[in-house]
Amino acid sequence: MSSQLPRWVDLGLIPVINLVLAFLVAGLVVVFIGEDPIQAVRILISGSLGSSYGIGFTLYYATTFVFTGLSVAIAFHAGLFNIGGEGQAALGGIGATLVCLAFNWPHWLIALPFAILGACLFGGAWAFIPGYLQAKRGSHVVITTIMFNFIGSALVVYLLVNVLKVPGSMAPETRNFAEGTFLPFVHEMLAVVGITVSKTPMNFASILALAAAFLTWMLIWRTRLGYEMRAFGFSEPAAVYGGIDPVRITIIAMLLSGAMAGMMALNVVMGFQHRLVLDYVGGAGFVGIAVSLMGRSHPVGVLLASVLFGILYQGGAELAFEMPNISREMIVVIQALVILFTGALENLVRAPMARLFARRRVEAA
Amino acid sequence: MKFAKTLASVATLVLAASAVHAEDANPAVIFDLGGKFDRSFNQASFEGAERFTAETGIAFREFELQSDAQREQALRKFAQDGFNPVVVAGFSNESAMTTVAAEFPDTDFAIIDGFVDLPNVRSVVFNEHEGSYLVGVLAAMASQTGKVGFVGGMDIPLIRKFACGYVQGVMATNPDAEVFENMTGSTGAAWNDPVRGGELAKSQIERGADVIYHAAGGTGIGVLQAAADAGALGIGVDSNQNYIHPGQVLTSMLKRVDNAVYDAMMDVQTGNWSSGLEVMGVAEDGVGYALDENNADLITDEMMAAVEDAKAGIISGDIVVHDYTSDDSCPAS
Repeated sequence: MSSQLPRWVDLGLIPVINLVLAFLVAGLVVVFIGEDPIQAVRILISGSLGSSYGIGFTLYYATTFVFTGLSVAIAFHAGLFNIGGEGQAALGGIGATLVCLAFNWPHWLIALPFAILGACLFGGAWAFIPGYLQAKRGSHVVITTIMFNFIGSALVVYLLVNVLKVPGSMAPETRNFAEGTFLPFVHEMLAVVGITVSKTPMNFASILALAAAFLTWMLIWRTRLGYEMRAFGFSEPAAVYGGIDPVRITIIAMLLSGAMAGMMALNVVMGFQHRLVLDYVGGAGFVGIAVSLMGRSHPVGVLLASVLFGILYQGGAELAFEMPNISREMIVVIQALVILFTGALENLVRAPMARLFARRRVEAA
Repeated sequence: MKFAKTLASVATLVLAASAVHAEDANPAVIFDLGGKFDRSFNQASFEGAERFTAETGIAFREFELQSDAQREQALRKFAQDGFNPVVVAGFSNESAMTTVAAEFPDTDFAIIDGFVDLPNVRSVVFNEHEGSYLVGVLAAMASQTGKVGFVGGMDIPLIRKFACGYVQGVMATNPDAEVFENMTGSTGAAWNDPVRGGELAKSQIERGADVIYHAAGGTGIGVLQAAADAGALGIGVDSNQNYIHPGQVLTSMLKRVDNAVYDAMMDVQTGNWSSGLEVMGVAEDGVGYALDENNADLITDEMMAAVEDAKAGIISGDIVVHDYTSDDSCPAS
């Protein structure tokens, strides 16, 4: 059906209409609890995009979602639904943390490649097992990856409580990293060239996220491996007939997907918290699913959807500050409506649009 | 028109807020990730703040944290907007508060369950191990089978501290007793999983336990329910939970987070603010056991005497309850 639609409608107009619908329904909810929806939207937008402070936080959250969103997107191209981003990111955090704590790194540029390696290795390893089980034993990744989220969090809690914790401290978190591992904050980088912006957690990892999006695009559409993954995703029998090894593709796709989820640690652990705290992922692995669905598993779409969710996160926090009636749960409702309209109810708009454009084409002809 | 009206109302609000700030407290509370209505820790802080509002008529502002990155953001926002004091519960806020409190030396901050060494911060910590010891004494005496249970939320040092104090209390009273310990889970969901809490309690009851203590937030509701269903006794935690199943909840380990929040706000209001570390133990009435009409029939005179003895012993220093978090180990098991 989508072939009947021009590309700009498919990738541009329909998501925008879905978004508008989501906000309309969310606005109704705001009216029901007795607040002014126009004012709410103003706070949401100005809180997230109205100042360098808001933008910094928005893009910090967005960076996290880019990694987890790309993670889901990569696996999706190979027909695998990896919903274990939460656990893979948690393990990636362990990997990056072990690297950062291992040495007294002299400079972050030296520590960074090793931290990337650590995060990717641990995140990838956590996705390897479900990938292997899927490829060799036929255990569906949807089941195994979500189970691995729980095993992963149990492992992280064990390590934080028994091994990595600072002795005598109540908090299940590691000691602070040495200064030589801190990724530079964006406000620090801009200060070097004379631009002053508010202090925010946004850091160098945002640039890594852009690079990761570009590399994902290269991989999926410009390499042989990416072609094999897509072919495998479209039709497994056809891919096998074409000489593609299903075991190899399944495992590689899961490895790459897990590694990408693990990269999230660079933004949060190495870039901002500078230590590993309990549950540092905080649901970002699951947000990645929504981001990838909304972005149609295309890196550019993932980037845009990540920024949207960054806006919802940061603007939502401002909303909760400014309108005490709007609680944390309300923000989740608004986010859920966006996911519902852009993901689940996509055909609500698509079908009428397809009819509309089909008619126009008939008239034109 | 509407916009102008909103602006005007915001302006009056701001004016009113700054006028209030001149003499009165203008408190703000930040709730940790568990959420405001966790029937435990955060809810206790909420109740303390509500009590302050009920008594003084001064409203408080609140914020529920959604992610770790918001800790600093929320503290800074409230301090910038002129709120005083800013109260936050939870040890996870230590590092955020260290940063923000240094930036706003004129604002009073209070952190509960954590310690921040700054001149404008009041740190309130509780001796949960002492309160748990007391309910352990009661549990050991109430048990017919000599087997008692403990259900924790998440396996973190704080909960091990509860468990360790409890085991010490049980063992000091009945050295032959057996204690079953279970933790509910390893994610934040462990604080709000009454079904799993109930299952753990049931399995402990099947192994012979007839008194079960929980330190598991919302999960504990399931523990108390399972104990009541099986005719065993539950022990509540944090706030007085005796009322949940009258006659089936032996007692509750009280941890007066509500008092700490209330005191912080009231001390600013009355001009009695003090900073520094406040340790709330048995001696300070910060922790204790709950006695009311719902459990009066369950606590015999003999038990009453024993637990009061233990309480006096802890206060005088004759009984030293080991704190798990002091060396990350527990002598009793």
